[in-house]
Amino acid sequence: MDVAARLRAAVALAGRFPALSGVDLTVAGGDVVAVEGSNGAGKTSLLRACAGLLPVHSGTIEILGHDLRADPAAVRRRVGVLGHAPGLYDELNATENVRFAVRAAGAGAELVEASLLRLGITGRLAKIEAGRLSAGQRRRVALAAVMARAPELWLLDEPHAGLDAATRRVVDAAIDEAVRGGATVIFTSHEQALAEDLADRVVTLSGGRVRDVRSGGRRAKLTAVPKGGTHVA
Amino acid sequence: MWRDAWLVAGKDVRIELRSRVALWQVLPVAVLSLVLYAFALGPGRAALAAAAPGLFWLAVLFSTVLAVQRSFAIESGEGTRDGLRLSGIDPAGVFLGKMAAVALELAVLQVVVWAGMTLLFGVHVATPWLAVAASALATVGLAAAGVIYGALSAGLRVRETLLPLLVLPVLAPVLLAASRAWAGALAHGSVSAGVGWLRILGPFAAAYVVIGIVLYGPLLETG
Repeated sequence: MDVAARLRAAVALAGRFPALSGVDLTVAGGDVVAVEGSNGAGKTSLLRACAGLLPVHSGTIEILGHDLRADPAAVRRRVGVLGHAPGLYDELNATENVRFAVRAAGAGAELVEASLLRLGITGRLAKIEAGRLSAGQRRRVALAAVMARAPELWLLDEPHAGLDAATRRVVDAAIDEAVRGGATVIFTSHEQALAEDLADRVVTLSGGRVRDVRSGGRRAKLTAVPKGGTHVA
Repeated sequence: MWRDAWLVAGKDVRIELRSRVALWQVLPVAVLSLVLYAFALGPGRAALAAAAPGLFWLAVLFSTVLAVQRSFAIESGEGTRDGLRLSGIDPAGVFLGKMAAVALELAVLQVVVWAGMTLLFGVHVATPWLAVAASALATVGLAAAGVIYGALSAGLRVRETLLPLLVLPVLAPVLLAASRAWAGALAHGSVSAGVGWLRILGPFAAAYVVIGIVLYGPLLETG
């Protein structure tokens, strides 16, 4: 895949107000892109627009080769979104939530258990109703649901927010694993150091526009891994 | 579409079985309304029996509003509505699944309410096939229209108060036709007159199922 996402003069409205005010951005397939910016800069809006959750007023957004406005259904099947809110059903347990997400996407169920295991949701924890889990555990279940769908484009809104250090490392490893499997990841972050460390490119937004695009440290870290060694993010 | 409908219906029914909201809230309201109708009409069994079909469907109608509200409350959790939009499920499948889950709840509710009515009002069905046919068509119509208007009001802050206002006038033909059809199915009722009312219930249900299949996508996106 040459280009995973291409936005051309994209203007997206949140209600009557422009959340994106003419964004031009191209994300290459297989890249990890961090989006940073202050509160209200348009980070979440950018992800929501790429997922088709925010209507595009003008300009174009192409995701995985599909025009988002022309064929949103084709895009949604191939995209995995982790929003601010986990999007879980409180009365269903972790396994049932992930299984529902996977079946809804028409993906194979073989990744359900593996994804939960990868995110440390096992044993009794996997059988507890999502409404009784802590915020961090709910976030892990939501990420497992994204992972189990094996999407080609991951859109992660503050994936590290509210997580302890160990879980943050698991999230980093999950992102790394997804990219090594051929996926593209776009994530937002308030933490500049983390964004630069984890991403191939860092995009800075302000006032709903792209202000800066610079290289991140991920590629440098990968090349620093000794031959035959395994990179752990 | 059918696979998606089955998936959504299974999810909604499973959540309902776990939360037991229908069991502990919707069903008691329906049974309580029967008791209150009996108080309001007095102890005369003849008056109660004459009014029974209308009161039965009135109880089912109000329960429909509660069941539909509950069906959309499931999707009002943090990000679940967005999750459903992003899931890749065919919107028509979401509509049919939610409709099937609401219809199943209403069918169970009707059995319990009718048992209560038989006990309290002393009425008996003489033509069961007519009562079942009227119930089936009315249930599909109530569930289909309810889910459409539930989706329409789901994204609004005033959805709890707006839904009854929107949906009750729309469901009035079902109340009228189902009551008359049931009156025909009771002892001393006119079966041929009752069958005539099925001609309203059938097209109503079919029309709202088709409308839901066609329009649920835009409703899900804009709600």
